[in-house]
Amino acid sequence: MATRRDFIKISALGIGSATLGAGAFNLLKGANLRAVPATTGAFARYPTYCEVCFWKCAGWSYVDEKGKLLKLEGHPDDPHCNGRLCPRGTGGVGMYYDEDRLTTPLIRVEENGEQSFRKASWDEALGLVADKMREIAGQYGPESIALFNHGSSGHYFTHLLKAFGSGNIVAPSYAQCRGPREAGWIATFGTSVGSPEPTDIRDTRCLVLIGSHIGENMHNNQVQEMSDAIDNGADIITVDPRYSTAASKSRYWLPIKPATDLALLLAWMHVIVYEELYDKDYVERYTYGFDQLKQHLRRMTPEWAYGITTIKPQDIRETARLMASAAPATIVHPGRHVTWYGDDTQRSRAIAILNALLGSWGRRGGFYFPESVKVPEFPSPEYPAPKWSWQDTLDGRYPLANLGVTNTVIEASIPGNDRDARVKGWLVTGTNLPLSIPEKAKLEEAMQALSLLVVTDTMPMEITGYADVVLPECTYLERYDELRTSPHREPYLALRMPAVQPTGDSKPAWWITKKLGEKLGLGDYFPFEEYTEVLDWQLKQVGSSLEEMQKIGVKQFPRKTPLYLKDGEPFAFRTGTGKIELYATSLEKYGFDPLPNYTAHPEPPENYYRLNYGRAPMHTFSRTANNPNLTDIMEENKLWVNPKVAKIWGLKNDQEVWLKNQDGIVTTFPIKVRITERIRWDSVYMVHGFGHSRKELTRSFGKGASDSEMITRPMTDPIMGGTGMRGNFVTFLFEKPEKAVES
Amino acid sequence: MRYAMAIDTKKCVGCSDCVVACQIENNVPTGYCRDWVTETVYGSYPQLELELRSERCNHCDNAPCVRCCPTGASHIVEGGVVLVEASKCIGCGACIESCPYDARFSHPDGYVDKCTFCIHRVRKGLEPACVAACPTKCMYFGDLDDPSSDISKMLKNRKYKVLAPEAGTKPQVYYLI
Repeated sequence: MATRRDFIKISALGIGSATLGAGAFNLLKGANLRAVPATTGAFARYPTYCEVCFWKCAGWSYVDEKGKLLKLEGHPDDPHCNGRLCPRGTGGVGMYYDEDRLTTPLIRVEENGEQSFRKASWDEALGLVADKMREIAGQYGPESIALFNHGSSGHYFTHLLKAFGSGNIVAPSYAQCRGPREAGWIATFGTSVGSPEPTDIRDTRCLVLIGSHIGENMHNNQVQEMSDAIDNGADIITVDPRYSTAASKSRYWLPIKPATDLALLLAWMHVIVYEELYDKDYVERYTYGFDQLKQHLRRMTPEWAYGITTIKPQDIRETARLMASAAPATIVHPGRHVTWYGDDTQRSRAIAILNALLGSWGRRGGFYFPESVKVPEFPSPEYPAPKWSWQDTLDGRYPLANLGVTNTVIEASIPGNDRDARVKGWLVTGTNLPLSIPEKAKLEEAMQALSLLVVTDTMPMEITGYADVVLPECTYLERYDELRTSPHREPYLALRMPAVQPTGDSKPAWWITKKLGEKLGLGDYFPFEEYTEVLDWQLKQVGSSLEEMQKIGVKQFPRKTPLYLKDGEPFAFRTGTGKIELYATSLEKYGFDPLPNYTAHPEPPENYYRLNYGRAPMHTFSRTANNPNLTDIMEENKLWVNPKVAKIWGLKNDQEVWLKNQDGIVTTFPIKVRITERIRWDSVYMVHGFGHSRKELTRSFGKGASDSEMITRPMTDPIMGGTGMRGNFVTFLFEKPEKAVES
Repeated sequence: MRYAMAIDTKKCVGCSDCVVACQIENNVPTGYCRDWVTETVYGSYPQLELELRSERCNHCDNAPCVRCCPTGASHIVEGGVVLVEASKCIGCGACIESCPYDARFSHPDGYVDKCTFCIHRVRKGLEPACVAACPTKCMYFGDLDDPSSDISKMLKNRKYKVLAPEAGTKPQVYYLI
């Protein structure tokens, strides 16, 4: 039986209302958190790595003599941050002190037709989840439980779900973010780009950014290295319809017409191939399909691209020659959030091919070969083999999806006309689906049909309003976590250990999954009492120890493979041909264009504007919108509007407008107008992650608007299932619409 | 000794880490700040220029705030750093009015507050919190009387400007342009 879910937004705590971190609240709001500045006196420090975003910079948490968390600083030895955290990392203390945090397990109850949450013990909450999971598995198999995850907690829930017998594990970071780039890179170089991207910006002579706004995204060491590159006199070429911060640092800013990037990329390749500016030796030695590419490009001249992109042929030629003259120390950046127009794998392919022509992959100043420390998994029984998995929810679509696709698992959770839903229960951890998944109506339909929805988070995010059971995770500053092993120029390990005790009844995800696992009869998969046993065992396998890492936080290991290709070195790429595939045999096999083509995308109808969205350096998606330190710097997003458009509509700065999209959907909340020359007249722009609709988020409730709400028409990438989200159009409403949010 | 700060506008991305780091270091109450970031856009689309500046007290050589303070709360210490002695401050606000940079604010505890160049850190051999945190390393702090300091070299080799030079305050925060 499906449960009808009311989105719980008012009086969240019905019976037995919990005190949500009142102690922390008082500490924070008091004018004097400390009487003296933070560096006076000798304070204890504990190593950690940041969880405010996925870059995971290592740092130190400082705690005073009373055990109060004071501040966070970057770890000087860590290549992700070089001792300097970004504003979000510095403001990470706010994640701990946020008085709106979840501090107790919650269970949905219904009384007199009114749904609310009541406080529960861990034993009761986990018992309920385990019973429900077993019930669903008994009827439909364990595979019918899916996991949506992001961040560190995903590691433990993945282990739990695999032990339970399901491989239905997905993350919005793939199909809503960087998936197309990984698919495009795999089809070309036989390897994904990965994170952090192995861009050798520090030593580059030419950095090309296409819709990648380094500086507004604070991918820390990339921002730092871009700054170094500016010092070193490197040239930056930025392609962006918006005058981004990076554009303002660039020698060339190409203010491209939105949705036409692929035409520019093809024209660049045309110049580089037909003016014979490509790296001939590299192309000869390492690539496959150059002749087909050359033939393919013959009509894709700068003049052809001018009519599409509005970029002058002379500028296309000059920038192509500039990147070729700096090659191989040229980086055409693969970007990160690349789900734009539904042909994103092909656009990523074009970027990959361009890099191959410049010979930058595996070269100093281009892309290095990253290396990580291989830490063995803690011994645990083998996982049972699931009978089916997320691949089966593709139903023959998206053959080159190399990771789980959220949208197909969501679709598989909705009963069809002729069949029952295949997915019956969701575990969600660390990801706020209503603000990250397009087509909110479909998401809500799926959530309404579920028999079980369990959400683990540190904050009462929108997704918790749909949950049957809410499990409060403690913040990264209050827990041990798995070792950070991300690849870099040199292999590094970083330790996260608690600086302070968990607030209220919040718990680390390793503990939550272990206890839930035990209730599910999967105790053998969690053969430890404390996570420190796992860490110490793993560290000893690689010649360190927990004791050592607690003191040093970050440890460098020697590289085992070369950082770059040696001149003329034979190299086998993991593609079908063993070469860099300019002509992609894997795409050809599935009937896709083996060489990228430009296709025109829908244009805004009259009186509508293309909705673009992006990042602000002081926020991470919707995750930080309630952080007291970071909302103090930026508390809402604003709608960027070109002065010409403002004049037509009579818009004033800071005037509140509601947005209506092409499907008649209106934003729940108004957004303030920001009139700026930095945006074109055919589009508007807002920072992603605002417009929170849960009142429990007291600082961010109703602040700004949600771009996700306006994205009701994704353009899905047929190659890997990514949801292109830059093809939605909005217009302005001046009056509060009738169907406004109840407050 | 003359402490000063130089900020490279060619590298600053306006991330506001300087602001967050300052607020945490100096326990600045929510809703207030001792430093802030401004954005100035010149031109019209697509002929544009953008200047991002991290701003704060300029620790002026000719500081109107110190001259106009009736109680001597605003004073100058080593290196020309302008400070406010909270216990002597009566919160009259004359200094706030006199500052051409709008760098001072009334602290909710009843005194006037502003940037101290993190003199408590500098005395221990550390950089100001904003400088230490900045991911782009666009901020330089040091002694202008020492020709070998980074800031002296920067000002020798680069074009720079100060804010509101017409006010005659001889500000000591320089912007590399």
